[in-house]
Amino acid sequence: MNVRLYAAQRLTAAVMVPLVAVHLAVIIYATNHGLTAADVLARTRGSVAWAVFYGIFVVAAAIHAPIGIRTVLTEWSRLGGRSVDAIATGAGLLLLVLGLRAVAAVVLP
Amino acid sequence: MGPDLTVSLWRGGVEGRYQTYSVPKRENQTVLDVVTWVQRNLDSSLAYRFACRVGMCGSCAMTVNGRPRWTCRTHVSRVAESGRLEIGPLENLPVIKDLATDMRPFFEKWQQARGTFAPSKTRHDPIETIRPDSAARLAAAAAIECINCGVCYAACDSVRWNENYLGPAALNRAWTLVNDVRDTANVQRLAAVAASGGCYACHSHQSCQEHCPLSLNPTASIAGLKRGAALAFLKSEIEA
Repeated sequence: MNVRLYAAQRLTAAVMVPLVAVHLAVIIYATNHGLTAADVLARTRGSVAWAVFYGIFVVAAAIHAPIGIRTVLTEWSRLGGRSVDAIATGAGLLLLVLGLRAVAAVVLP
Repeated sequence: MGPDLTVSLWRGGVEGRYQTYSVPKRENQTVLDVVTWVQRNLDSSLAYRFACRVGMCGSCAMTVNGRPRWTCRTHVSRVAESGRLEIGPLENLPVIKDLATDMRPFFEKWQQARGTFAPSKTRHDPIETIRPDSAARLAAAAAIECINCGVCYAACDSVRWNENYLGPAALNRAWTLVNDVRDTANVQRLAAVAASGGCYACHSHQSCQEHCPLSLNPTASIAGLKRGAALAFLKSEIEA
């Protein structure tokens, strides 16, 4: 890992700390109040705030996680640097696409 | 003095095996004494490395019962459970023969980490005054006593997993120079340690600190480099 990846991973971690806390609080609230899928969608559909909240969350996770995957593969596999970079980039894009798709599914009216 | 010690020594290069010797037990005896006794009395072909015998030169480090140690200052009575010793070459370094490793990768990484002092003055200038209680001097003083023995390098998981990692000793050296106000190469040094294989390859397992015979804390030095290089990067003083 070099300083650019280090800075990106630490900064996205800092961004995600409050987001994770709110996300967990939302889960606990939803389950404690017995919200159904329809109840949740009624709150999220058309909400710019939730779109921004989970949009940032997905982008941060899609940057943060592949840097860790890259380190694990570098140290624990026999793959070369280019292969590791390709897999990590692919994992990041996959997280980004799947995550944004999920955000779109719950916030688009 | 009771029964003899049962001593297994690594014989051969990368391919080799442990060979067992019986060595007289003494009341006061270091691991290096044991190795030397075997070489002088049982097998003169045994290869190992030592110089000062008093914990200053850093030549005699070996793996003793699974842990890297400075053998000249390691008393047998402290490490030989039930009179058995297994002594091998340091890990994470190529084995030349028997207990001697090739230290070149270790020292080449000191060079890569810019472990060389880059002076700002000539011998004709007055000596720079450095306050002993200044923050930089205290940080350098905490890390400066390294004897280059390679014990931390042999103990480091990150070195084991990443052959490009500069390792704790080289980075600890770089940290002492980062805190040397007389040095002029800190931008290049921070760039060197900020690159792939530099300080950010450290996982802070602290094996270096655990095993350092001088009780230095290279993990703390590396943490200092991580902060310093990240700040330099964010201020665009160095490039990634």
